Amino acid sequence: MRLPGDIDLTTSVSVWRRNLTEYSHTWMTNVLPNFFDPVLYLLGMGLGLGMFVGRGVGGLTYIEFIAPGLMAASAMQGASFESTYNVFVKMNFAKLYDAYLATPAQIQDIAFGELLWAVSRGLIYGCAFFAVLCGFTLFGHRVIVSPWAVLLPVAMAMTATMFALIGLTFTASIRNINYYGFYYTLWLTPLFLFSGIFFPLDNPQMAGGHAETIAWFTPLFHCVRLMRGLAQGPLDWTHGMSALWVLVVIAVLLVVVPRRMRKRMVH
Amino acid sequence: MDVAIKATGLRKSYGDFVAVDGVDFEIPKGVCFGFLGPNGAGKTTTMRMIYRASPVGDGSLEILGHEAAGGRNDRKIKQKIGVVPQEDNLDQELSVRENLEVFARFYGLDRKQAKARAVELLDFVRLSERADSKVLELSGGMKRRVLIARGLVGAPELVVLDEPTTGLDPQARINLWERMRDLKRKEATLILTTHYMDEAEQLCDSLVIMDKGKIVAQGRPRDLIRQHVSSHVVEIEIAAGRHANAGPSGESAAGAIAELSALAKRHEQHQDRLLLYVDNGEEVVTRAAQLLPDAETLLRRSTLEDVFLRITGRGLEE
Ligand SMILES: Nc1ncnc2c1ncn2[C@@H]1O[C@H](COP(=O)(O)OP(=O)(O)OP(=O)(O)O)[C@@H](O)[C@H]1O
Ligand SMILES: [Mg+2]
Repeated sequence: MRLPGDIDLTTSVSVWRRNLTEYSHTWMTNVLPNFFDPVLYLLGMGLGLGMFVGRGVGGLTYIEFIAPGLMAASAMQGASFESTYNVFVKMNFAKLYDAYLATPAQIQDIAFGELLWAVSRGLIYGCAFFAVLCGFTLFGHRVIVSPWAVLLPVAMAMTATMFALIGLTFTASIRNINYYGFYYTLWLTPLFLFSGIFFPLDNPQMAGGHAETIAWFTPLFHCVRLMRGLAQGPLDWTHGMSALWVLVVIAVLLVVVPRRMRKRMVH
Repeated sequence: MDVAIKATGLRKSYGDFVAVDGVDFEIPKGVCFGFLGPNGAGKTTTMRMIYRASPVGDGSLEILGHEAAGGRNDRKIKQKIGVVPQEDNLDQELSVRENLEVFARFYGLDRKQAKARAVELLDFVRLSERADSKVLELSGGMKRRVLIARGLVGAPELVVLDEPTTGLDPQARINLWERMRDLKRKEATLILTTHYMDEAEQLCDSLVIMDKGKIVAQGRPRDLIRQHVSSHVVEIEIAAGRHANAGPSGESAAGAIAELSALAKRHEQHQDRLLLYVDNGEEVVTRAAQLLPDAETLLRRSTLEDVFLRITGRGLEE
C-alpha cells in the first residue's frame, strides 16, 4: 500500500518489525529502565516536594497537578531516544540503511518505519505511565477524572509523533553523535522543566506575565496542556488550538524529514 | 542476445572530483561480467549506481529494461537486483536467520515465504547450523556468506557482487566460486568486482578494466590476454647470478639482457627482475640459459594479472 509521499507502508512495517525483533531480544535492558524515569519523578516530586506545596495548585494536590504533564514527558522521551541515538547508530555506524536501500526499500519507507517505531515506543512508555496513574486514581488521588481521558492515548501518539519527527530532523542534520549532548541538555531538558509540568505558567509574576506566551512557541507545552485537559478537564478552545499546533508541526515535519534523510543518505 | 545493462556516457562526480568519467558498457543477460581496476578506479561507484543506492550523475543507464537515470524506476529495478556490498553491513543485532527474513520482507515476501527462503539460502551457503547464531559471533568468511545469501533473498535476475571474496581463505573462496557458478546455471546475470585476477579469469565471461574513472580495456579474459600481452612470460631473476658472483660481468649481463629483450615482443625490467613477453617461450628460455647460466628462469603462461599491470601501468615500479 502506498501512502502520500510515495511511502510504501508494507516496507515501513517491515522496518518497524525488524525493530520489534531486536527489542524482543533486549527489552529487559533497553526498555524497562526508561519506564521508571517518569515514575520516579512522580514519586520524588509529587510526594516529596508535594509535602511542601501544601495548598496544591488550582484545587489539585501537587502530585495530581504534575501527573498529566509527566505522561506527556514520558511519550516525548520514548520517541526521542529512539529517533536520536538509535537511528544515528543504524544510519552511520551499522550502515543498516545502506543495506536497506539496496533492496526495494526507499528512504521515505525507512524514515516512516523508524517513525512508526519511535511512536510505538513513546506509546508504550506513555501507556505504561497512564496505567500507573490509573492506579493512583483508584487509591483516591484525583489524577484521571475526566471521561475525555479515553483520548489520552491519542494525545500520546501525537506527542510521540511530533518528538520522533523532531528527533529525526536533528539526526539527519548531524554528523557526530556527540551533538546529542546539546539536544538533550539544551533542548529536551529545558522543555521538560519549563513546559508547565511542574508549575503553572499563567502566573503574572513569571517572566513578567509572559511565561505562557513564550511557552506557546515550544512543543511540549501544548502536549502538557492537552494531557491535563483530557485527564482532568475542563476542555476549552485552547486545547483545540494546542492539538492543532501539534498537528501542523507534524504535517510540516512529515515533509521535511524524508527530504533531509535523502540528502543525508543518498549521494 | 538480451541486454541486462547498457550504460552510455555514464558519469558521477562528488563535488569537483569525477569518480566515474563517462563509461560505456553493455552486459548481456546470463553472463558473469567483471569490473577490475586499482583502488579508487570507480568500481564501487559504478556498482552503487547500478543497484540504485546512488543517483546517476550523467548519461544513461538502462537496467533490465528500465532507465535508471532520474530515479523514477528505482523500486522496479531494485526488485530484480540482489546486492552483495563491499562493506559488511549485516544487522549485528539480529541472528543470521532473522537477517535474511527481514530482508526477504523488503522484497514483498510474506512471513511464511520469508522463512522458507531463509532456510533455503542458508543451505545454499552452507550455514544451516549457524542459523540462530548472532551475526556478531560469526567469522569473517561466514559473514561474507550471509551477505551473499542476503543478496539472493529477492530471487534476483541480476546479482551485483562487490569484492565478494576479499578476506576469505582459499577454501571459502573456492566454495563461493561454486555458489556463483550455481547462480549462473540458474541463468542469473552476475556483476563482479574483484582484485583477484585469477578469480576474474575463472568466473568472468567478459570484463572491463577501469582506471581513474574510465574504462581502459574490455573484452573476454582470453582475448584481453591475447591482445595486450603475449601468450607466455619468461621471468628472469638476474640478481641470483650476480650475487653468486659466478655469472658474467655487469657489462656482458647488460648485453645478454639486451639480446634477450630483442627476442621478446615486449620486455620490462624491474630492478633485478627481467620480464619477457614472448610467444616462443621455449626458445627464449633456452637462449637465456646460455646467456645467463646462473640466473633463475621461469616460463609461465600469461595471465590477466599481466594484462592488468600492463594496462593500469602501475606494476611493480610503485
Ligand atoms: N561519497 C563519496 N564522496 C566523495 N568521494 C567519493 C565518494 N564515494 C567514492 N568517492 C571517491 O570516488 C573514487 C572512486 O571510489 P570507488 O569506491 O568507486 O573505488 P573502487 O574502484 O571501488 O576502489 P576499491 O578497489 O578501493 O574498492 C575514490 O577516489 C573515492 O574516494
Ligand atoms: Mg570498491
